[in-house]
Amino acid sequence: MIGVLSELSYWQVTSIRVVAGLVAVLLVAGTLVYAHLFKMVSFMQSRLGPMEAGPYGSLQLMAEIGKFLQKEDIVPRRADRFVFKAAPFVVLTSTFLLLVVLPGGPDAWFISNDLGIYLAMAVSSVSVIGILMAGWGSASKYSLLGGLRATGQLIAYELPLLLAVVGVVIQAETMNLQEIVLAQANGEIFGSGVIGNPFIITQFVGFLIFMIAMQAELTQTPFDMPVAESELVTGYMTEYSGLRFLLFFIGEFATAGVFSAIAAVLFLGGWYVPGLDPADNLLNVLGPLVLFGKVVLLTFLVFWVRFTFPRFREDQLQRLAWKFLVPLALANIVVTGVLKVVV
Amino acid sequence: MGLVPGLVKGLVVTGSTVVRTVFPKRGVRTLVPAPTKGAATVQYPHVKEAPPTRARGVIALHEGNCTACMLCARECPDWCIYIEGHKEKAPPRRAGGKPRQVNILDRFDIDYALCMFCGICVDVCPFEALFWSPEYEFSEPRIADLLHDMSRLSEWMETVPEFEDYESGSVAKQLKVPPT
Amino acid sequence: MTVTERQQLSYIAAQAADARVNLEIETEGMTLNIGPQHPATHGTLRIVAKLDGEQVVAAEPVMGYMHRGYEKLAEVRTYPQVTTLINRIDWLGSFANEVPFILAAERLMEVEAPPRAQWIRTILFELSRIANITLFLGDMAVQVGAITPVFFAFRDREHVLNQIEAATGGRFHPNFDRIGGLKDDLPAGWVAETRGAMRKIRAFCDEIEELVEGNEIFQARTRGIGVIPPGVGLSYGLTGANIRASGVDWDVRRDSPCGLVHDQVDWKVWTHPDGDSFARFWVRLQETREATKIVDQLLDGIPSGPIMAKVPVIIKVPAGEAYVETENPLGVMGYYVVSKGDLNPFRVKIRSASFSNVSITPWLLRGVYVPDIITILGSLYFILGDIDR
Ligand code: SF4
Ligand code: SF4
Repeated sequence: MIGVLSELSYWQVTSIRVVAGLVAVLLVAGTLVYAHLFKMVSFMQSRLGPMEAGPYGSLQLMAEIGKFLQKEDIVPRRADRFVFKAAPFVVLTSTFLLLVVLPGGPDAWFISNDLGIYLAMAVSSVSVIGILMAGWGSASKYSLLGGLRATGQLIAYELPLLLAVVGVVIQAETMNLQEIVLAQANGEIFGSGVIGNPFIITQFVGFLIFMIAMQAELTQTPFDMPVAESELVTGYMTEYSGLRFLLFFIGEFATAGVFSAIAAVLFLGGWYVPGLDPADNLLNVLGPLVLFGKVVLLTFLVFWVRFTFPRFREDQLQRLAWKFLVPLALANIVVTGVLKVVV
Repeated sequence: MGLVPGLVKGLVVTGSTVVRTVFPKRGVRTLVPAPTKGAATVQYPHVKEAPPTRARGVIALHEGNCTACMLCARECPDWCIYIEGHKEKAPPRRAGGKPRQVNILDRFDIDYALCMFCGICVDVCPFEALFWSPEYEFSEPRIADLLHDMSRLSEWMETVPEFEDYESGSVAKQLKVPPT
Repeated sequence: MTVTERQQLSYIAAQAADARVNLEIETEGMTLNIGPQHPATHGTLRIVAKLDGEQVVAAEPVMGYMHRGYEKLAEVRTYPQVTTLINRIDWLGSFANEVPFILAAERLMEVEAPPRAQWIRTILFELSRIANITLFLGDMAVQVGAITPVFFAFRDREHVLNQIEAATGGRFHPNFDRIGGLKDDLPAGWVAETRGAMRKIRAFCDEIEELVEGNEIFQARTRGIGVIPPGVGLSYGLTGANIRASGVDWDVRRDSPCGLVHDQVDWKVWTHPDGDSFARFWVRLQETREATKIVDQLLDGIPSGPIMAKVPVIIKVPAGEAYVETENPLGVMGYYVVSKGDLNPFRVKIRSASFSNVSITPWLLRGVYVPDIITILGSLYFILGDIDR
């Protein structure tokens, strides 16, 4: 795709990219909301979920969006107006920026960056600022508590997330996400290259840590202390209504999708289909779909866990991060490093 | 080992509920996804569950039996029954006898906006003029329309089910619903 | 668990210290109003919590937002009408509300319900306990953050509610108990269906055991949280599963039965020595199982006969006073009925379990974290209607 795009002028390329980015985020988020939040969870609870809007309720999300758009956009009187209003956009920005480094096929991606995963990790923490802004700007005690908890938690879990990635980086010898995929595609495991070498096998501990930390980054149960609806109403989102609440809502699911995509790229071989030549042009079409399939699978895990478990308390959550996940991730790095040198 | 089993068991419980909902046990067709059958809920306006025969849905009035004795209106805990009647002379039963006095019902309203569905009125009526029907679909957009008058209450009579048999060991007398 | 007195003393001392600190240094805590509209208060309870960071310095429950004046209303209603009012006190186990009142009235009138009525009464009493506590089992999980169990609870409670409705005609407000017996006999086929429902409830208990009780996160959230020593619990008037979870082996159903036939069947009172939130959950879970066993045994032995004793059509209760209490789903519920020989009771004092159960919150909530407030309130298990009446 980069080859094709280079013949177009700058504005054409840019608008194609913007549209592609929007589609990638919104379509994925919409599908995840429908498939997991509406349907899978309903089945888990012996019910059917939305059935009226469209066949099997498939247009329910549209109805919800329509509903939220009609609602009044309330700003509390004592709120810090600018901060309050800007917060959802900051959160959403971080989601879109994450997408930039994600490869969807041999050529189908936005920018080639040798610091890919590093950039992704850095950008993902921008959402913390948005959440803190929301918590502070709302002038509400529940929001403030939620915002503080969120910040503490996101910072604590950024570390294991990063450390889990380091193992992959050592093994792939690159931070470029595209090359990480290629390393998995061209790699060999158990002396055969039939399925490539998805890092989930060699980096299983890293994968587990990544998934746990990702669950926490997404503030999904059991790490949903910041939004804990039975104690803090909805945490930092308490005062939001209408469009801005919708933005937070979409942001939540879009981020779940994008993080799962990163996990899929790092551990499940990304867009690669075993048996095909990684440079095959077919993968430019198939690749995004394969990646999407893996995203759906991983988010299924996320939501399965989310709707099964109770939540941790703040201190237990921090203890898990600092006393368990971080040492484990460090050990994982050491083992990976040693094996890399020895083997 | 402490951490894993409990968490995994929980996942198994919810996971198997998904499977049971999407693939309910239906013999050979089990493998065809049928969430509408597996779910515990029904899609209300399209599918309706039949309430039990005894369900207290709406009160039906058997107009012919009511003598406007006002007992029900008096016993109702929130006084939501409104009755008006007058006495009339009816022709005597036997030729040459005295003309009879009968009570004619002019008004019999139940305000369902106030009714608590306690069933006291049905219990106290000595002339078997009130019955419970399990119908429940009589909500109204306007609260004033919840006042059902005599004709509306009489229409419910058609929906009154027969009284059920009693469980074995009972010596209670079985009641009959009078024909409308 | 003999920290009772020491804890009380330290409570007093800490309160004094607090007052001094607030006076001298003027530290400004944050006052958080949890409720009256809050997702965790199942109704309109308000907890005014003074926070220091996320730690509670002092908490005060404020009730009365749902006061409906039943004690006063009962004075201007005839005896049969009162039952329909008191149905609404604890709306999840309504039938159980009627029983102590009817028993008190029966005692005043010196009538006794025929055995068949007593058995059916006991069955319905236990069914309403199951309907009530099933919801607690799901709701407790919601309070600590798991959403799915409460849907399981709603799903399986339905089987019990269906049975209650099939017998009484009302899902939530049966109004089925009468002075001297019951309103009606059971419909045909009810016994077999109830057995099926009990099987489903037992399956539900197993599910909850695996999904919630065995969950390590749940245990970490509830174990050691909100410990009530038996002495403190008793002095605050805690009853029911709350006090049994503190190791006090006391159950009105067994210890002072009156009018109900719990003594005819073989069952067990569950206690737990810990007194924490987990113990309260555990005891209730076991009680639900035990209740299904009680119902099963009672179903086997319903005697035949009439369901109504001979009572006049117009009920006039002779002058006198009576107090009857029973072990309701939420704890001990009692009615003190004073009659002057009229159609109406002269005075009805309702001792509802939840009111006493929440009165321990100021003592219990000191020094806990905000998330634990919710856990503790959830595990104390109150129904707002039962607090405010
Ligand atoms: S059901 Fe009860 S409240 Fe309703 S009309 Fe009859 S007596 Fe009155
Ligand atoms: S319905 Fe029955 S109780 Fe009421 S006025 Fe008519 S006869 Fe009397």
